[in-house]
Amino acid sequence: MITTSRLERVLNSGRFAVTGELNSPDSADPESVYERALVLAEVCDGINATDASGAHVHMSSVGVCSLLTQAGYEPVMQMSCRDRNRIAIQGDLLGAAAMGVRNVLCLTGDGVKTGDHPEAKPVFDLDSITLLKTARSMCRQSRFMSGRELEAAPRFFLGAAANPFVPPFDFRPHRLAKKVEAGAEFIQTQFCFDVPRLQQFMRVVRDLGITEKVYILAGVGPLRSARAAEWIRKNVPGVYIPDVVIARLKGVRTEKQVDEGKRLCVETIQQVREIPGISGIHVMAYRQEELVAEIVHEAGLLPRGRHVRGGIEQTSQAAVR
Amino acid sequence: MRVGLQRYPRLLEVVYEGSYWLLRPFRRWMVPGGAIERVFVALEKVLKGAIFDCRMCGDCVLHSTGMTCPMTCPKNMRNGPCGGVSVNGHCEIIPEMQCVWMQAWERSKKMRVYGDDFLGILPPPIRHLQDGSAWINDFSGIAGQVPSGWVE
Repeated sequence: MITTSRLERVLNSGRFAVTGELNSPDSADPESVYERALVLAEVCDGINATDASGAHVHMSSVGVCSLLTQAGYEPVMQMSCRDRNRIAIQGDLLGAAAMGVRNVLCLTGDGVKTGDHPEAKPVFDLDSITLLKTARSMCRQSRFMSGRELEAAPRFFLGAAANPFVPPFDFRPHRLAKKVEAGAEFIQTQFCFDVPRLQQFMRVVRDLGITEKVYILAGVGPLRSARAAEWIRKNVPGVYIPDVVIARLKGVRTEKQVDEGKRLCVETIQQVREIPGISGIHVMAYRQEELVAEIVHEAGLLPRGRHVRGGIEQTSQAAVR
Repeated sequence: MRVGLQRYPRLLEVVYEGSYWLLRPFRRWMVPGGAIERVFVALEKVLKGAIFDCRMCGDCVLHSTGMTCPMTCPKNMRNGPCGGVSVNGHCEIIPEMQCVWMQAWERSKKMRVYGDDFLGILPPPIRHLQDGSAWINDFSGIAGQVPSGWVE
């Protein structure tokens, strides 16, 4: 199927992809989206629009994505199952496709208890895997889940998340395999602060033959301070930060910790790039979007479009796939 | 009053298999909406409730999920653990509870007949079957259906 996803073309061409996360604003002003997008777009092949991340209310991902497509950016729309049932999800997918969204990241979503509206009713009618299946059948079979036919099918480059850093570790590669079977074409992982764990995970993933079927982008991000790292470790579900990372941040003076966090992120990027089967990175800099450009620059990934996977510059590997 | 039988997934699997073949000859009487369903609902509530903490979704997949009820997962996941499991293997939403899927995965490894089902993709529950009899929905073919839009 011909795709109009820029992110997919970047990955197909064998280039090392960079995506970045845009933190949706608490604002009704489109400018607040464009300000954030401007700094990310310089260095990213795709911009993730979060869907009420951490169960906190922000501008919707559909809204952010429609603003981004209007201005010619390449959004990755995050779609979670927490706030919508299968009726709303499929409707939003059609609306997003009509607005020019070409990449969708299918997520289950965080529980409402960690958010700012813990009294809310969690939906979870579908889960990430059944959402992927549904989105794929809309694209390929041109049908809703019910079997009813669509007038025109959407064309999405479908993505999913993976978290190799939390238990059950021996099931995580199988869960990834399930997501690929359900329709995932690219994967963005949770924050990686534990490179050996990712290496181990990727070894199994390669043995299962999954890297032949999916592009995996490793999630990375700068830690602002040792205190912030400790807070994240305690309060953000699914983010694992080893003690050595916190000790390293504590090892420098408080005002220098931002730089140390950034340096750590750059080093992580350089390490994950060497792992076979890693096709790119996904940079998540919570409320520090301006740092993303610096990180990508310092990691040696600029100018965009020249860097081929595996760290070696060579002609396109696309034909191999 | 949970019964500790879930420690024996292999036994439960055999009981499930046995019940299936025992009930199968009577399947044409097993239709929803009658007195027989009321009996089954009552039995399932008591037995499956005690053993699995069953939530009566009416669309039972226990044998495919390590004889562990996926509806007891606060996110009602049907295809494995979410990414929010904490390092000690506990649930992100109910931190004092062990992740349902961690237990399910360990149990499924011990199951010889249905253990591999764990790696397959399960459709979402059919929500209007809630509070009905899973056995009756199963035999009458209402439950366990793949959504028609998914069929390739």
